[in-house]
Amino acid sequence: MTRAFNIVLPLLLGAALLGLWEWIVAVKEIPPYVLPAPSAIAAAFTGNFSSLMASLLATLSITLQAFLAALIAGVTVAILFGQSRLVERALYPYAVILQVTPVVAIAPLILIWVGFDHINTALVLIASLVAFFPILSNTTLGLKSADRNLLELMQLYGASRWQILWRLQMPTALPYLLGACRIAGGLALIGAVVAEFVAGSGTATGLAWRIIEAGNRLQIATMFAALGLLALLGVAIFASLSAVEYWLLRRWHESALQRQS
Amino acid sequence: MSLVTLTGVAKRFSNGTQALSDLSFAIAPGEFVSLLGPSGCGKSTALRLIAGLIAPDSGDIHWNGARPETGFVFQEPTLMPWADALTNARLALDLKKVPRAQGNAIAAAALTRLGLKGFESAMPRELSGGMKMRVSIARALAAKPRLLLMDEPFAALDEITRAALNDDLLALAREDAITVIFVTHSVVESAYLSDRVLVMSPRPGRVREEIRLPSGKRDRMSPAFGEIQARVARALMVPA
Repeated sequence: MTRAFNIVLPLLLGAALLGLWEWIVAVKEIPPYVLPAPSAIAAAFTGNFSSLMASLLATLSITLQAFLAALIAGVTVAILFGQSRLVERALYPYAVILQVTPVVAIAPLILIWVGFDHINTALVLIASLVAFFPILSNTTLGLKSADRNLLELMQLYGASRWQILWRLQMPTALPYLLGACRIAGGLALIGAVVAEFVAGSGTATGLAWRIIEAGNRLQIATMFAALGLLALLGVAIFASLSAVEYWLLRRWHESALQRQS
Repeated sequence: MSLVTLTGVAKRFSNGTQALSDLSFAIAPGEFVSLLGPSGCGKSTALRLIAGLIAPDSGDIHWNGARPETGFVFQEPTLMPWADALTNARLALDLKKVPRAQGNAIAAAALTRLGLKGFESAMPRELSGGMKMRVSIARALAAKPRLLLMDEPFAALDEITRAALNDDLLALAREDAITVIFVTHSVVESAYLSDRVLVMSPRPGRVREEIRLPSGKRDRMSPAFGEIQARVARALMVPA
């Protein structure tokens, strides 16, 4: 009952707002290059369906590759940090510098270094830079949060570093890591869009480029269609990562437990 | 011949706290010894020293022969929340790379001895406080320890659960002839369980008095047990 209500209510509100939008555009005779009506946007969407889908796939591909790269790099560096305080002290400031420097500012440099011949590699690298830090910092925190007593017990039983990492520290860090993944998934998408913007015309074919292109041609309806797809993609990434998190934690972690009734 | 002998053991923590100043006692094989004292008297530190988790600043911990297989039970059950009861009980065996099937059999048997048959696949969050502590003890017993170190294991449990666990622990320790060093701040518990009670002074901890108790099973309701409790209480409560 409440579950259905939670889905129906936002949908009803959305439909009402779209209707209002359509009505205002018609009544006020707003020109389509300022604000196209929802019906015009829908027409632009169906009219450009195959090319928009190709752009969606291009952006999705960059985002996923960047997310995976950030995940692997973030977890690997976090494990290194967990094994050696010295490595952590030496490297952490640079990880922070990487995080606080705006990616838009680094992107042109990376494009030049990697080269426009390898534009996809450059885009993935830029997007993964944005997604890297939350995974690194959360996983580092998670690895350090292992129960002291369990750690000592394992040492008493002669556990190796490797056993302690796999049997205690990694499971402890898992909820932290999954929380970071939800953030990093969204950031990878933002990073991919920023990278496409910076890369500019021609070689990039993702949704961000479609937005620039449509904007340049004053095809505002197509712009809206691409923007809508981008938002949907972001929601889909967030929802899938939340589902993975729930599935992995459902048996034991407080965050995934149903309240007793 | 004693199993382990502590002589003049002192330990100061990095924050400057002198936890133990001159701790000396010996433990005989098969004995059930309680370390009884107020909070912060260094009882837990003594256990961790014996477990070899920390090293003393001075003094000597001498083992008669090699250090025996040692189990440790904490005040909290300290189970892995992501693993079921069987996997938790199997911890020491997994770390020693015992084959999975054999490990499962040993761990399941340990759970059964603790009255947890049928709960092998239960997650810790599904178990009550007393049951979690039973899994924790099963985990210790599955490693077939010769020495069991227990750090106020039942302090957080209710009276009835605690009494049942006390009885089960005594029976299991006798059955396997395990030496137990049991840290507690409960007079009743130390009087009920122990062959010997080492009463410790407040920080820095030392053994202030040693009380040898009559052997044999105690009856909680009997006047004789009341006598034993009174003896322990007197030793604990005298002003330093």
